[in-house]
Amino acid sequence: MNHLAVWGGIAAVVITSTLGDVLQSRAMKEIGDLGLVQKEHGLVAVIRRVVTNGRFMLGLGFMAVGFFSLLITLSWGEVSIVGPASASLTFLANALVAHIYLKENVDRRRWLAALCVAGGVALLAH
Amino acid sequence: MTPRKYLTLFAVVIFAACGDVSLARGMRDFGAVTLANLSQLYSALLNPWVLVGILMLIGFFASYLSALSFADLTYVLPATSLSYILMVLLAKFCLHENVTMWRWLGVALIVAGVGFVAGGPEATPGAHKHHQIETLYGPVGAIGEVADHEVDV
Repeated sequence: MNHLAVWGGIAAVVITSTLGDVLQSRAMKEIGDLGLVQKEHGLVAVIRRVVTNGRFMLGLGFMAVGFFSLLITLSWGEVSIVGPASASLTFLANALVAHIYLKENVDRRRWLAALCVAGGVALLAH
Repeated sequence: MTPRKYLTLFAVVIFAACGDVSLARGMRDFGAVTLANLSQLYSALLNPWVLVGILMLIGFFASYLSALSFADLTYVLPATSLSYILMVLLAKFCLHENVTMWRWLGVALIVAGVGFVAGGPEATPGAHKHHQIETLYGPVGAIGEVADHEVDV
């Protein structure tokens, strides 16, 4: 498989995984602190609120697509490139989309943290 | 941050690392799985290490969702990346894998990343759903505001 296909696969993994993470984060923000919801309404209410949230289920779907995209891309390229590249790029994409879509305050400190962790994860593959 | 929130983030780290290492240990009993022997995956599900790994990853997902319910995604992801470090340590000392200099450098970078994010606030004000809680003294404001006193309520 050529380089273009491998990097296309990595891009698919990064996009779907990021969408999954961001949608789930948005769903959890809407539901509220699960610990406090459980204290007030019980565990069954927590589970019901989570599984009936449309964004959560959509996020779960994207995570599943991301997982299978990773499996397919791993069969095209070397694991030492596909694994760290998709994991570290997902960290950076999450920071960007969280800032734009979730309106999170991604200041210099959080950007540095995302860059350090992305670099560290890439190095773990060596 | 309350002790409960620290405990939730700690649970994410422990479940993620121990779950992955348990799965890796269990799959060693089966060797490489290919399309030709895909049915081996079914017997792998009966392996105790794989079963423990799956249970741990369910625990990871539950604690990860719980962490996202009170903290920003851009806080949770770097803060819980400590699981990568725990995974390297478990791989070296439990699975006796070779850990190269590059990997230790990766560990150092992750530690730096966690240090950067740990010094800041865990949530963007107004980003998480606000919630009224009844106490002996009447309703208290937003979740984030009462969180630091919830042990006393």
